[in-house]
Amino acid sequence: MTALDAKIPPGPLEEKWRRFKENVPLIGPANKRKFNIIVVGSGLAGASTAATLAEQGYHVDCFCFHDSPRRAHSIAAQGGINASKNYQNDGDSIWRLFYDTIKGGDFRSREANVYRLAEVSQSIIDQCVSQGVPFAREYGGQLANRSFGGAQVSRTFYARGQTGQQLLLGAYSSLNHEIKNGRVTMHTNSEMLDLVVVESHAKGIIVRNLISGEITRHAADAVILATGGYSNAYYLSTNARGCNATAVWRAYKRGALFANPCFTQIHPTCIPVGGDYQAKLTLMSESLRNDGRVWVPKKKGDQRAPQNIPEEERDYYLERKYPAYGNLAPRDISSRSAKEVCDEGRGVGPGGLGVYLDFQDAIERLGKETIQERYGNLFEMYENITGENAYTRPMRIFPALHYTMGGLWVDYHLMSNLPGLFVLGEANFSDHGANRLGASALMQGLADGYFVIPYTLGAYLSSQFGKKPKTTLLEFEEAEKRVRARLNSLLEVKGSLSSTHFHRELGILLWEKCGMERSARSLQEALHEIPKLRKRFWNEVSIPGSGASLNKALEAAGRVADFLELGELMCRDALMREESCGGHFRSEYQSADGEAVRNDELFSFVQSWQYQGEESEPTLIQEPLNYEFVHPSTRNYK
Amino acid sequence: MNFHLRIWRQADPEASGFFQEIEACDIPAEASFLEMLDIVNNRLIEEKKIPVAFDSDCREGICGTCSMVINGVPQGPGRGAACQVYMRSFKNGDSITIEPFRVKAFPIIKDLIVKRAAYDRIIQAGGFITEHTGGAPDAATTLISKKIADQAMDAAACIGCGACAAACPNSSAMLFVGAKVTHLSLMPQGQPERRERALAMVDAMDEEGFGNCSNYYACEAVCPASISASVIATLNREYVRATVIP
Ligand SMILES: Cc1cc2nc3c(=O)[nH]c(=O)nc-3n(C[C@H](O)[C@H](O)[C@H](O)COP(=O)(O)OP(=O)(O)OC[C@H]3O[C@@H](n4cnc5c(N)ncnc54)[C@H](O)[C@@H]3O)c2cc1C
Repeated sequence: MTALDAKIPPGPLEEKWRRFKENVPLIGPANKRKFNIIVVGSGLAGASTAATLAEQGYHVDCFCFHDSPRRAHSIAAQGGINASKNYQNDGDSIWRLFYDTIKGGDFRSREANVYRLAEVSQSIIDQCVSQGVPFAREYGGQLANRSFGGAQVSRTFYARGQTGQQLLLGAYSSLNHEIKNGRVTMHTNSEMLDLVVVESHAKGIIVRNLISGEITRHAADAVILATGGYSNAYYLSTNARGCNATAVWRAYKRGALFANPCFTQIHPTCIPVGGDYQAKLTLMSESLRNDGRVWVPKKKGDQRAPQNIPEEERDYYLERKYPAYGNLAPRDISSRSAKEVCDEGRGVGPGGLGVYLDFQDAIERLGKETIQERYGNLFEMYENITGENAYTRPMRIFPALHYTMGGLWVDYHLMSNLPGLFVLGEANFSDHGANRLGASALMQGLADGYFVIPYTLGAYLSSQFGKKPKTTLLEFEEAEKRVRARLNSLLEVKGSLSSTHFHRELGILLWEKCGMERSARSLQEALHEIPKLRKRFWNEVSIPGSGASLNKALEAAGRVADFLELGELMCRDALMREESCGGHFRSEYQSADGEAVRNDELFSFVQSWQYQGEESEPTLIQEPLNYEFVHPSTRNYK
Repeated sequence: MNFHLRIWRQADPEASGFFQEIEACDIPAEASFLEMLDIVNNRLIEEKKIPVAFDSDCREGICGTCSMVINGVPQGPGRGAACQVYMRSFKNGDSITIEPFRVKAFPIIKDLIVKRAAYDRIIQAGGFITEHTGGAPDAATTLISKKIADQAMDAAACIGCGACAAACPNSSAMLFVGAKVTHLSLMPQGQPERRERALAMVDAMDEEGFGNCSNYYACEAVCPASISASVIATLNREYVRATVIP
């Protein structure tokens, strides 16, 4: 494989999507019925895809590893979803949302994809309202908005602190409608363990039923992965425990390109780590930064209680360093600033790994009731976990792994380099460049599922009539054999350590060497350590029981085994990218005042990796990013 | 801290289960209840014993995957789901009994894991608004008063965990069904199908074998999403309205 074609339609930015839609081949209603589409995932991206394709007349088989499609990790999103509606009349527009997103991503994403995202964002809100999503409202009955990091307009729609839940339940209800209509067959408790490629087209998957242990083959005309992100490679993250990379990783090993794996996002406002028993980290929605002020003591090692530290001895470092955006500086910048002050010894709480997020001023200005109205459930959650009351004492927060901008490579159609394989939502790499802005993942997942794939799928399917293979084909047989062999080899290790043990070790390694700050040296160390850890895993992991029925230890071990491979690719990718951009901060490439220094001349491209087998190193394929409509500037949030 | 656990073990749906006694030693007080179980399980795995099967995912109380009864209380003591229970709320040396939800419509799969597909099927029966992707009018065309939107949100907050049915002596699912019916019947977009929805969801609920409400309010007491039992009154009203108005 040589050059990558992103299939971006010609013409002015504002015209591309419209022209594409006008020219894409359509599939007639009578023919749609003849196509069978596999959708893996039932989060925002998967559920919206499955529901919409079914509504259009395709037959859809939808898979998720959860016991119900409603439990996908999207359910946990708190803060909100962006849309360029400009209901607040504060100067928002499609162009502005596009520009904010491109700039927020530190000029490492594709203009055409991001513009389309900003364009369809408006329809998403219409769609969700028509499903009955109870968005927050003003007293006059209009939709309410809040601001989010990286933007100077209020364009974020929300449903209390449970936006992801309400949007997912909207998509889930439409999905259920189609299940009832018989156009979607839902396969819950079903984990995809391999992709089946027939004559270089993705035409099926191998699935393990997590309750019965049964392994089955499924063929389709196209396979759509909407399987979420891989933050859990770091073990501790804000993601749900079950989030994993298995689907995308196995697809990578069948030939799909993995793009920008090192672009990971660290969220600035999470509850700090308590101890090594900890299973996950809890996010405190970024929306809190609308009203909370971030500070640390000016003095190193100041042990006084926050209320005893006088105003003039506090350093509101975000407001000081970024006066224009203040506490709403983008995530990468806020996270790194927090690390910086903690590295200086000015962190607060146990181990000095925390900063304050203070609501005192907001409570004085707006009253406790308003704050309760806006963030009540978050304050409750915080108190439940830490035993502290944030109305009277500032919250302690610290950055944690949160989102992965990298993912499988896709073109403008959201199709990977493997024809027939589409990748949507957090699982693809497409829209957020090197850093995602808050409230734009929900937007992207729903844009992909409701408004993009229903159009782009036709472009592929129009040449695929009658090409759905039988599952008796050799390719299916071999894929099933591979899956069985891998499960057996895991079960046969019979070591004496749980997979969590290795997962945690991998997490610490990645956090320290490929986390908020990376260097050639730390990455080389990680590349040296990870293969050793992987070897130990394969010699020492213990998985009691068999694969013939529900076995959570087996599920977990399979996912950890994949993370142990993906982690290495992340480090390799980070090492190759000799610049700092967005969430990828290489300590060698920073300005005198500690800001990221991008290198557009040498690195303005998507870095995609192609698997070359177990024994060889993957090869790097670049997709140049040509900025035709905006000029990549140095991000300035001052 | 140390705890004496009595945990329900059941190898598969057909097996007859039993309580197994397990000592949970050296548990940090800051650990959550599920982190305590993680520690216990990792030790079992390292002793090559079969770990306790339990479901969990987001560990933030929102996904509704948790499904266990702690000392007789579905989702455990305090507000929120089982993942929101912290060990500091117990005393050192406490005995803790952990068992699965006991609801006929939620068959036990293994240990503490039950199958709650019945709730999905009830939603399939009518818990949706029929719409067409791309065919929606501009979101600003319909005003919804803040009061109505807030009430709808209160009901829509249900996490579908099943604790309501597990707490009810009649295994009634009316808090769950009432929450969805209330949410959608409050929204202007939910009006056209209001009647059919109430009828279909109540029928589906009966068919799945859930019982009727007899005003114990145990559901409301355990609900991790604080759904008010008033949604049951709304459900009854909607159902009657649907049967008397043609
Ligand atoms: C705590 C938290 C808060 C957030 N808040 C916001 C916010 O306010 N605004 C915002 O825009 N974004 C937010 N995000 C990010 C956003 O929630 C996610 O990026 C987004 O929901 C991902 O959606 P998805 O559909 O791509 O994947 P997911 O929702 O993760 O769904 C993945 C699906 O794939 C299935 N699956 C995965 N692997 C397999 C397999 N091998 N076989 C079968 N099925 C599989 C799962 O069962 C699931 O159904 C937040 C994220 C977190 C962690």
